[in-house]
Amino acid sequence: MSFLLGSGAGFSGDRTDAAVAVVAELIKRQQPSALVFETLGERTLAAAHRTMRDDPESGFEPLLDELLAPVLRDCLDNNIKVLGNFGAANPSGACQVIADLAAELGRTDIRIAQVHGDDIRQQLHHLDLQRWEAERLDMPGDDALISANVYLGAKALADALAMQADVVVTGRVADPALFLAPLMHHFDWRWDDWNRLACGMMAGHLAECGAQVSGGYFADPGFKDVPGLATVGYPIIEVEQDGSLLITKPANTGGCVTEQTVKEQLLYEVHDPANYLTPDVTVDLSHAEVRQLSPNRVAVTGIRGKPAPERLKTTVCYEGGWQGEAEISYAGPNALARAQLAAQVLRERLMFRAPAELRTRLDIIGLASVFDSDSGELQRSAATSTSGDYRLRLAAEHSERRWVARATQELLALYCVGPAGGGGVRRQFQRRVFTASYLVKRSDIQAYASLFETALIGVRRSGRHAAN
Amino acid sequence: MLQTEHNLHTECSHTAVTLHQLAHARAGDKGERLNVALFAYDADHYSTLLEQVTEERVLALFAHRGASRVRRYPLPNLAGMNFVIDDVLQGGVNGALNLDGHGKTLSFLLLSLEVYI
Repeated sequence: MSFLLGSGAGFSGDRTDAAVAVVAELIKRQQPSALVFETLGERTLAAAHRTMRDDPESGFEPLLDELLAPVLRDCLDNNIKVLGNFGAANPSGACQVIADLAAELGRTDIRIAQVHGDDIRQQLHHLDLQRWEAERLDMPGDDALISANVYLGAKALADALAMQADVVVTGRVADPALFLAPLMHHFDWRWDDWNRLACGMMAGHLAECGAQVSGGYFADPGFKDVPGLATVGYPIIEVEQDGSLLITKPANTGGCVTEQTVKEQLLYEVHDPANYLTPDVTVDLSHAEVRQLSPNRVAVTGIRGKPAPERLKTTVCYEGGWQGEAEISYAGPNALARAQLAAQVLRERLMFRAPAELRTRLDIIGLASVFDSDSGELQRSAATSTSGDYRLRLAAEHSERRWVARATQELLALYCVGPAGGGGVRRQFQRRVFTASYLVKRSDIQAYASLFETALIGVRRSGRHAAN
Repeated sequence: MLQTEHNLHTECSHTAVTLHQLAHARAGDKGERLNVALFAYDADHYSTLLEQVTEERVLALFAHRGASRVRRYPLPNLAGMNFVIDDVLQGGVNGALNLDGHGKTLSFLLLSLEVYI
């Protein structure tokens, strides 16, 4: 019998009602299964660490409650294991939220496990670090450092399931390891069975971005049409004991699983397809094939595995000064000329109103923006109508907040001193986080799982109620 | 689209079309490194992509963004290829002043390339 892997979320900010249809399908199938929430991007973790500085009880996925509340009871009642990296910077804080949620459902018997070992900030400078090959940034000084986390593999997560955890909470782990772990636990594959590990890891890779394999991020009207984008079904991967895998989605949901959707996701964020590095296995996709078996059922074959890399990837996050943006719109006759004049006025003003090291960029949205270079090469060569609907955008960065505030304020001032008919100014600025990637020795990292102290379940939220 | 392709095949042997007519693509980022996976809708066009969507042309297409290197990994089983493009993200998701620091929209910059069929 196959094991079913369901995706409940593919990033922090994903739809919070997506898991409901997936869980309903898992229950209907009556097969061993797990539901995975992947909510931790490269930068999300740094934001979580920063939030936690101000509020020690935060630092985990802010939507955790909203994601789990609709499905936790069904998962517990039907032995659907739940795994998520929603612990972010504060896995034990996330465990507490889940424990409280379970208590509200009358399920104080819940077993929650936490994975430890990804946070290496304290020992960072004692480790043998190698710069990741495409990394350009130098390691920051201690004062700028926010966080350092290793991408862990599936082992500690599988250990957590062996402790009979109902829910496994992690911080940084390789996203597909969240899916590989329940397969390792269920099928009892060997940790050097590279081909099966590769299949399990790719099952995770295909599902880790949620709907990106089942019709999300795919539609191109007239070329690649997707039915029911508003109710896309998140993926379910059926995995067999021999590692063969098939991608599908819940019945009666929108979206589609086709050879095309699967191919796009198969190579998403992959570099050399013959050497896709993960903590548990090096995957070779160069012989992979995809085949539509029936509507919304696609098999992937030919995945091969090789020994895991010697080193694990680590993301270091550090303070990156301030970044701000401000925008103003011009529309109707001669709008482009007015937007261009506004840009010119800003350039002149910033020459003497801001320090030379202020880095800026000016886009004219509607003419050229996201494809353009920082210097606006496309903007100068683009041929278009002078009337229309254009939006001038200024982006600025500096180590000091005041200069970013000043620059964006100069755009705001265009309301009264810029060209005619400017409107709709929006202005915002915030601290920025830089990330840099390094490689650490596997032997320097100790990852392990522990069961969350069940005695604490129900205590905090009841305490809150008392306070209310 | 099928009708258009049919006409192109039968009526003119060397017609310029955008890559968008023949292929679909998805972009992903890791730091300052962008990958764009490109797949022919029709496997018969895979050889056209191999011949014309070369590392050199992709490097030229992304030159204004500071591309330093392009590597192409052909995947004949998938009628596709993966492009790995370095240094086009202007600082990446964290550092870029570009609205799209991930470079997610750049799959459609690749699809705007002109090819002959």
